[in-house]
Amino acid sequence: MIPAAFDYIRAGSAEEALAALAEHGDEAKLLAGGHSLLPLMKLRLSTPAVLVDIGRLDDLSYINDAGDHLAIGALTRHRDLEISEVVQSQAGLLAEATSHVGDPQVRHRGTIGGSIAHGDPASDLPSVMLAMRATLVARGPGGEREIAVDDFFTGFLETALGDDELLTEIRVPKMPDATWGFQKFNRRAQDWAIVGVSAIVDNGNAGVGLVNMDSIPVRAAGVEAALAGGASAADAAEAAAEGTNPPSDLNAGPEYREHLARVLTRRALEAAGR
Amino acid sequence: MEVTVTINGDSHSHDVEPRTLLVHYIRDVVGLTGTNIGCDTSSCGACTIHVNGESVKSCTMLAVQADGQDLLTIEGLADGDVLHPMQESFRQCHALQCGYCTPGMVMAAVSLLDENPDPTEREVRIGLEGNLCRCTGYHNIVKAVLHCAEASS
Repeated sequence: MIPAAFDYIRAGSAEEALAALAEHGDEAKLLAGGHSLLPLMKLRLSTPAVLVDIGRLDDLSYINDAGDHLAIGALTRHRDLEISEVVQSQAGLLAEATSHVGDPQVRHRGTIGGSIAHGDPASDLPSVMLAMRATLVARGPGGEREIAVDDFFTGFLETALGDDELLTEIRVPKMPDATWGFQKFNRRAQDWAIVGVSAIVDNGNAGVGLVNMDSIPVRAAGVEAALAGGASAADAAEAAAEGTNPPSDLNAGPEYREHLARVLTRRALEAAGR
Repeated sequence: MEVTVTINGDSHSHDVEPRTLLVHYIRDVVGLTGTNIGCDTSSCGACTIHVNGESVKSCTMLAVQADGQDLLTIEGLADGDVLHPMQESFRQCHALQCGYCTPGMVMAAVSLLDENPDPTEREVRIGLEGNLCRCTGYHNIVKAVLHCAEASS
């Protein structure tokens, strides 16, 4: 399978990438590791006229300790996150979930920014962003702006990023003492989750993000509220599917996904010591 | 667009269409057909090569993305007639049946041991999750990787 023809621009800097986006608007797509975009292009589900390759912007690949949070460059590869000691110690949930993205080959190429900007509800990392209440930093013609993760995912494969904006940094609150659990249910090792759950408890505050339970990555708000009210893990997990609209596909219908969400949320919370 | 890559130590330059996939470039343009195309959807790992020393599925990378990079394919693994230790382990442990997944499986296994030289059986199984064997010959494949790790330690 071969993608439809496109014009290729290799950006030498973030500014060059922004200039290309400004010129080509919604006809352009950014290419980072390519492990979400290229499969869609090969299936001709995505046919951008212009591909702006940002894969060589090494200055957007970093993991910095920034006081109360980790500042992670959008082009940081999954592999680098997975083995990062500072990520393991300050954001263990992120390191663990990242180690379950795709397979080793995918993690050698795929990036955290690419995964999040793709906005796929079946991806693992958006659920971590929701659970840890991350902040996304976008750079555009007017400068930088911060976007709270709860405002970031706006529709199926759609985000709050403008056509002329570039996701540059992911800010994840440091939670060295947090307990957490990550659950991913699939039928084959490398598949997307049929349902997945990221749960973290830090200083008594719980965050729970769901994978593949709606057309966008969603928070299990009912579970978080129940936990805040003192409910046990088992009782709180009963609320996992509340307010969601799970998809139906070859693997599962909505009712089965709702069941999985409750079971996996309970397991994730129990792993988090609740 | 002009692309220059090093493959198995040799430099190659060609003018390619930007949409050319790396695996097609390696097979059809350079003529190294040891790298197979299996599923063509980044699932099976038959097309696994090394880019700058790390395993990558070459069906999910554009040739233009590989410009200036150092690539290793299955043809570059042996030293003349002397097989790479992983190839030798695959032979000794009978880790292939039809052989279609083997080039990708070997390249993935070499990358796995580079990152984790002394893996447990479970770590080998998880580490090869990106490679499918349609003969389901996983038992001996895992044995071969463990054998190679042991022989190298």
